[in-house]
Amino acid sequence: MAIQATCRQNGDVSIVDFSGKITLGDGSALLRKTIRELVENGQKKIIISLYDVDYIDSSGIGELVSAFTTVRNAKGELKLLHLTKRVHDILQITRLFTVFDVQSDEEVAIRAFR
Amino acid sequence: MAAQTHRIEVTLETLLESVDLAESICMRIAEAAGFSEEELHKIGMAVREGVINAYNYGNQQDRRKKILMTVELDPENMTVRVLDQGRGFELHEIPDPLEEENLLRTSGRGLFLMKAFMDQFDVHTAPGGGAELVMVKKLPHKVSNNGTHQPE
Repeated sequence: MAIQATCRQNGDVSIVDFSGKITLGDGSALLRKTIRELVENGQKKIIISLYDVDYIDSSGIGELVSAFTTVRNAKGELKLLHLTKRVHDILQITRLFTVFDVQSDEEVAIRAFR
Repeated sequence: MAAQTHRIEVTLETLLESVDLAESICMRIAEAAGFSEEELHKIGMAVREGVINAYNYGNQQDRRKKILMTVELDPENMTVRVLDQGRGFELHEIPDPLEEENLLRTSGRGLFLMKAFMDQFDVHTAPGGGAELVMVKKLPHKVSNNGTHQPE
């Protein structure tokens, strides 16, 4: 399944819905481009929704980490939403749950921004 | 009848497309060997990470170099070997991605995932100098219901 990213806005929060595989090549490149564009446009509160992402490899994980630091370096905040079991398991075994704020409810995630 | 070992060897180009191809070949073999959907996913991901390693770090994306993948099915195990034409490396030289100071690194998790998803994992330096990643998965009938390996 080709990777897709759809951006929407809820108040001052940008939500990016990804679907497909976030892997080396198109998937990780699209994630990088999408987050960089949001940050360059001054967005400080970003949610990456992974409801439709059932596959992520080490390049995709690296890109999520890169997104986290890119947003943080711009004094913003990034949250992950709606992880599938496989993405959840990978973030767990790589200890990245200790890095990311992972949410399962969009309204709660939006309210959780400082 | 004597138990047989089946072996296939595939020479892959140093191309991004080889990652998907290698994953797909190994998943088909693993499916025929009777692995569950979850185990197929793990084998596919481990192979994917192995070929990404060969493509990116071993062969440095040099299209003149090749990646040799060997898949062996014996009565006990499925073994996948991925050999590149790079300089080789020692496992102990690779930083642990689970250490606090490495959590925010954007790379370096591939070898960890291969180890996590397979039953055995090792790296050798080939006589020609490249790295050979060796990944072994116990065949499903050798694993008990609670996930532990049955004694021989």
